[in-house]
Amino acid sequence: MTASGEPAARAAPPRTGAHASVDAVWRLESARIIAGLARMVRDVGLAEELAQDALVAALEQWPESGVPDNPGAWLMAVGKRRAIDRIRRSRRFEQKLEELGHGLEAEAGEPPEFDLVADDEHIEDDVLRLVFTACHPVLSTPARVALTLRMLGGLSTDEIARAFLVPEATVAQRIVRAKRTLSEAGVPFEVPEGADRAARLSSVLEVLYLIFNEGYAATAGDDWVRADLCQEALRLGRILAGLAPGEPEVHGLVALMEIQASRTRARIGPSGEPVPLLEQDRGRWDRLLIRRGFAALLRAKEIGAPPGPYVLQAAIAACHAQAAGPEDTDWAQIAALYGVLARTAPSPVVELNRAVAVGMAEGPERGLALADALTAEPALRGYHLLPSVRGDLLARLGRRDEARAEFERAAGLTRNAPERRALLDRAAALSTP
Amino acid sequence: MRFMMMTTASSDDDFGQSEELQAEMGAFIAEMSRSGVLLATGGLDPNATRISSSGGKVTVTDGPFAEAKEAVVGFALIEVRSREEAIELSKRFWGIVGDGEGVIQQVFGPEDLPPAE
Repeated sequence: MTASGEPAARAAPPRTGAHASVDAVWRLESARIIAGLARMVRDVGLAEELAQDALVAALEQWPESGVPDNPGAWLMAVGKRRAIDRIRRSRRFEQKLEELGHGLEAEAGEPPEFDLVADDEHIEDDVLRLVFTACHPVLSTPARVALTLRMLGGLSTDEIARAFLVPEATVAQRIVRAKRTLSEAGVPFEVPEGADRAARLSSVLEVLYLIFNEGYAATAGDDWVRADLCQEALRLGRILAGLAPGEPEVHGLVALMEIQASRTRARIGPSGEPVPLLEQDRGRWDRLLIRRGFAALLRAKEIGAPPGPYVLQAAIAACHAQAAGPEDTDWAQIAALYGVLARTAPSPVVELNRAVAVGMAEGPERGLALADALTAEPALRGYHLLPSVRGDLLARLGRRDEARAEFERAAGLTRNAPERRALLDRAAALSTP
Repeated sequence: MRFMMMTTASSDDDFGQSEELQAEMGAFIAEMSRSGVLLATGGLDPNATRISSSGGKVTVTDGPFAEAKEAVVGFALIEVRSREEAIELSKRFWGIVGDGEGVIQQVFGPEDLPPAE
């Protein structure tokens, strides 16, 4: 429901009967089906088309015949039959067979029919291969995002377009081009190992976090599918954690998303304005998601590697989640974590957050020293949070005139109307003695 | 969207279970957890305590109750994208358990509640 009590714009579009069942099965199974087919044909674009063929067959047949007992296996069987037909009919039949043969010889001499038999045991590895392929660095970021949502989330191009506020044709074209790029670049269907793996994994995590943040930025009036991106990213993250349980940063990202998602209900005020973390009603935080976040963070820590950027950000989020009230926040710990984060993944925004935490832990003077060092930073020019943070620190030091000027400057830089009002209020409060 | 799936009765009184069924159910639960669908699950003691409040007076009655068939004996809290997905997963659950009855109800989330006052 919206604040005005109107019927929710978020309700899923109406689908009925067998169509809705097909839809649900598709959402649950498509990634595994595409992954299994990609193993056969060694081309994710072709695999996705074959899976779509199977979906069309289901849409034609299930309303008549009813949903089969094992719908996932049904779709996979149809997809595999189409794959074999396609390979046989293809003008590149010989060539493809040769490729398959070569690929297999390279895999320690397995028999050539290996790829053409049902292979449910490897399906999880195949899904992981699909994740790495969809997020391959040869693709642009928007292409990676679209392909991930399409092939792993089972979203339609229309849904992706609505979620990212772009025309459907744009998304459709992005996906076609992405598949072609993967094919032309000869990207192998595999999980990267060795030196390549860390960089490839960080590309995957970046895509998931980007999807999450796109959803997090959605406002109350947006299409339901947009806000659901948070849920989608979280779901994909949880799946990835199951597929790659030895990667601490995967658990770190999941922990970060679980804890951030736990604040969904508290972070938007009655008129749609963002409520800052320290002013949120903690009773509205979702304890179940917080607990899941802590569990994921613990799994990351148990692996015992030096913490990466996602684990560190999750640990900071956990500090906030742990505090019963804002006054209970362990700022010294948060400042220390930002210190490590600033060394691991240095950025001016991290440095600014560190200034805030240090200002809380060690007093405004120390925080201000750090914030002042950032005023010459080109990346923060025009970033309203820098003057806003400085204004806050100056106000706490009793330097009211300077503080007021900073809040006014911040108000002039933000594009968010409710935030601008809040900043101007603070400025006004400083001009009356 | 979150859904609470509740089992109110099954052919097996105590869900009592051949080893084979237990193994199959274990694998199903593991898969649902790994894919992030299952948030919590558990079985409930049929020896319930009933509490009713009327006119400021709270009455506590210990079970067991005659109409025990309607009592919830097990639950699963899941997170999915649509009611149809919940129904599809429920079908898989019953495909393992066999005969029985249950209900599926949506648990309201942030998107269903009015924002804070």
